[in-house]
Amino acid sequence: MKIVIIDYGAGNIQSIKFAIKRLGYEAILSSDAEEIKSADKVIFPGVGEASSAMKMLKSTGLDKVIPTLKQPVLGICLGMQLMCTYCEEGDTDGLGIFHADVVKFDNQLKVPQIGWNKIYDLRSELFTGISEGEFVYLVHSFYVKECAETIASTEYGVEYTSAIQKDNFYGVQFHPEKSSDAGEKILENFLKVTQSNTVK
Amino acid sequence: MLTKRIIPCLDIKDGRTVKGVNFIDLRDAGDPVELAEIYAKSGADELVFLDISATEEKRKTLANLVRRVAEKVNIPFTVGGGISSVEDVDILLKNGADKVSINSSAVKNPDLINELAAKFGSQCITVAIDAKQVNGEWLVHLVGGKVPTDINLFQWAKEVEERGAGEILFTSMNNDGTKEGFANEALAVLSSELNIPIIASGGAGNMQHFCDTFIEGKADAALAASVFHFKEIEIKDLKEELRRNGVEVRL
Repeated sequence: MKIVIIDYGAGNIQSIKFAIKRLGYEAILSSDAEEIKSADKVIFPGVGEASSAMKMLKSTGLDKVIPTLKQPVLGICLGMQLMCTYCEEGDTDGLGIFHADVVKFDNQLKVPQIGWNKIYDLRSELFTGISEGEFVYLVHSFYVKECAETIASTEYGVEYTSAIQKDNFYGVQFHPEKSSDAGEKILENFLKVTQSNTVK
Repeated sequence: MLTKRIIPCLDIKDGRTVKGVNFIDLRDAGDPVELAEIYAKSGADELVFLDISATEEKRKTLANLVRRVAEKVNIPFTVGGGISSVEDVDILLKNGADKVSINSSAVKNPDLINELAAKFGSQCITVAIDAKQVNGEWLVHLVGGKVPTDINLFQWAKEVEERGAGEILFTSMNNDGTKEGFANEALAVLSSELNIPIIASGGAGNMQHFCDTFIEGKADAALAASVFHFKEIEIKDLKEELRRNGVEVRL
């Protein structure tokens, strides 16, 4: 299985590579469109600020490539946010794959949310073998609003989307590579996803 | 609901753990990677590695260690100790560290916080503050708490937040090593005045101290070293006790 992690200069991608290795697979890092298109699975990571990440994506032309991918794609954290319609952070237009907006947490709460929180209302094969209320590790200041494509929710002052799916595109707000055994299971589930799955 | 975090801290010198650890099941008690794996399995929410080595090869040795930890450990970890430049941080993050912690270098050059937050994002920048209460006032101390400054803890913490830190690791020098509990009054002030997470450090001696720092000190996370290394407290028992006291934890 060819697994490509999109490398566009944003974030800690080693950890994802290492997590995949712990699962017994090898992933390659690439920013090359042909390499990405030829992968069986694509992981779209991202840490940092939305508008500068989007600029880096545009400078490599990958903003045009990602929405056309046919194989399973997993956006992680900022990667998932950039796949949405619009990000409030830096007034950034996203890739428009997921039909949801990304907005900032209320100032009544500590921002960023850093730590372990629960995921629930799980409805996707991404969560096979994962219990309702499982803990995952999250670090973020902006969140994806609940929408028709939501496949898992989390509560932090507001109920928001912690995982999302549209056709072959998946997104998780948490870091599966840092979410202990449960995170590795979710990552493994993604690597086992076959084409044309739909939301249950 | 977001849970409170329990964070064991490992002191590192030349790529090895420093303080004696009392894990009889360890093959190599000095290997930080093996210790980190055990903590990850025993329910630690995060780990902190504090590098206290002062050699020329420090940077390379630490980067190698970070890489080895990232390969094996599936929970987040922070690296601190002598980090003073954008380049230092870049190397550590590229090798797989999730967060870095800066301390004295932030006091000497506060703009470093802004630079790091802009380049890498606030979420991976922890500012560690060592402070001591002197004649009723909390003053920031440098070089592992040895050198006093005239900087007020609360003013500095506010500035650190405004400059873009993602969280604050506050160590009370009055409490550190005493095993008599965390500096909960100061922590509660920090936690209510600031809008970023606060990690309590210094003074953990028993499970009640952790309950107190989460409830009275309003801390978001608690860090400790010896109580975990010497198995005086098992993380699983601690979390069960915290839950019994109404503190939300990951179990």
